[in-house]
Amino acid sequence: MATRQGQALGRLALAPSVIALSTWSIVPLALAIYFAFLRYRLDNPDYSGFAGWSNFYYFMIDPFFVRDLFNTFALVFNVLAMTVIGGVLFAVLLDRPFWGRGVVRVLVISPFFIMPTVSALVWKNLMMHPVYGLLAEVWRWFGAKPFDWFGSAPLTSVSIVVGWQWLPFATLILLTAMQSLDEEQKDAAAMDGAGPLNVFRYITLPHLMRPITVVILIETIFLLNVFAEIKVTSVGGFAGNLTYLVFSQLNDANDVGEAAAGGLIAVLLANIVSVFLVRIVGRNLEA
Amino acid sequence: MGSIQLKSVRKAFGAVSVINGVDLDIKNGEFAVFVGPSGCGKSTLLRLIAGLEDVTAGEVLIDGKDVTDVGPAQRGLAMVFQSYALYPHMSVRNNIAFALKMAGEKSDVIERKVQKAASTLNLTDYLDRKPRQLSGGQRQRVAIGRAIVREPKAFLFDEPLSNLDAALRVQMRVEIGELHNDLKTTMIYVTHDQVEAMTMADKIVVLDRGSVAQVGSPLELYNRPNGLFVAGFIGSPKMNFIKGPSAAKRGADTVGIRPEHVAISTTAGEWPATVRLAEHLGSDTFVHAEGDGIGPLTLRLEGEAPLKPDQRIFVTPREPNVHKFDKNGRRID
Repeated sequence: MATRQGQALGRLALAPSVIALSTWSIVPLALAIYFAFLRYRLDNPDYSGFAGWSNFYYFMIDPFFVRDLFNTFALVFNVLAMTVIGGVLFAVLLDRPFWGRGVVRVLVISPFFIMPTVSALVWKNLMMHPVYGLLAEVWRWFGAKPFDWFGSAPLTSVSIVVGWQWLPFATLILLTAMQSLDEEQKDAAAMDGAGPLNVFRYITLPHLMRPITVVILIETIFLLNVFAEIKVTSVGGFAGNLTYLVFSQLNDANDVGEAAAGGLIAVLLANIVSVFLVRIVGRNLEA
Repeated sequence: MGSIQLKSVRKAFGAVSVINGVDLDIKNGEFAVFVGPSGCGKSTLLRLIAGLEDVTAGEVLIDGKDVTDVGPAQRGLAMVFQSYALYPHMSVRNNIAFALKMAGEKSDVIERKVQKAASTLNLTDYLDRKPRQLSGGQRQRVAIGRAIVREPKAFLFDEPLSNLDAALRVQMRVEIGELHNDLKTTMIYVTHDQVEAMTMADKIVVLDRGSVAQVGSPLELYNRPNGLFVAGFIGSPKMNFIKGPSAAKRGADTVGIRPEHVAISTTAGEWPATVRLAEHLGSDTFVHAEGDGIGPLTLRLEGEAPLKPDQRIFVTPREPNVHKFDKNGRRID
């Protein structure tokens, strides 16, 4: 494709997918921007016309905005902590040969294949339900009063559900990284007198720093807009995040304009976070 | 301090036996080289001595003490690996200091020892670099530095030069030899390269399919190989083996003659042959010839021999240098 003719042909051949992709991403964004500046309520057709910045203003002074903003980051942080720590431990464990390792590996990966709505329902009704949940049964077996997970600790409970779903992803990436750790390095560390804990601290963990960075970057992007788990477990009123707040502006308040404005604010925040993450954490990936 | 003894050491991985009963005695301060073709078990034997593998049967003794059940770090040995196995995220300084740190040395003692090792190995300017910023030879030196700071009873080298280019290999060979002269510590060195074995060793251990074929000084192995395997393995170019009437005439099944131990004439001699290729190295000429009825011959002549392909020559072995072997491949004296 070095010739001028070849380049023209190449552009022509690429055009359909470029057009489809940009339409797919630009049209919704353009519409959201358009709606964000409109007075547009589903329950009041007379409320119309250009709204200026008021949709953004009302979204940000919403009593739930600050709390949901905090929840957004708290959820991301909780899940990252759970999946990175859990993923490292699982990866180290599954890297060792033991009987039935193949089966265990499949089992560890399997939560990733379950739809978010399904896993949220399972956790809500079968695991964490205060009356007939499995955990309640365990509590009672120890003679304790069952804990009302979603009632008393909604944010923690949602974090556990989402963390359970994302643990396989972290484990998978970190396990493949474990397998690329040079055997001779472990031998050298053994010769140098490093015990298992020191090997973990000085050899394994530094080796895993780059894949951990990848896990953090990828998971953050997805975790900023968790929605299904919050909606299905009905904790939006207590542990809602920004995505949920946008949804409730549309669904409960019928305000399309404000929902669109909220959506744009969420997009902006996600971008700011990504830029900072790439700057701070992504430095690990260079070299 | 640093004698190593192996007593009927065996190693099997599952049903596959890799080391079939090795007895060996390496004296304090000796430079011993394990040499053999790939798969002969030489690296496994080294790992058994290091304690990185458990022996299936037999004993490993260091300074007369049974260390068969002692962990690698407590045996007081240091190892240099084929891939160097440097810790990639640590600076050269921390790589060298790691063992001392693990042993709980004080930081000023560590710094002094690291500086000393670095100056021995010309690494002082590179102490703050990461391994990936070093050349192959420098990485090799860091790996050696990591071994010498521990002041081990013996050094174990596992094919340490195989990742270097030819010129650097010769240089590092000399440096390791000088290091041995300076430290006078026992060294065990594994290689598949018989030139490295011949040039560096006090004692060569030739291994063949998990057993010791012969142990001896380089010249002993060169002059008196105890069998066809050692005769063919030691020496470059390889020894020529001839069966048939000229072997029977000398009372042997096979006779061996090294390429350098022949006389060549254009008029008369024991083995008529046709030159196929002459390699002119300046100092030597390697002649590949086809002997009539005895197969290919490799000959080494000093200086520049004016031989050309398809030329007829006559090869006569120098009688004192003829090695005789019986039909089981063992040496006959």
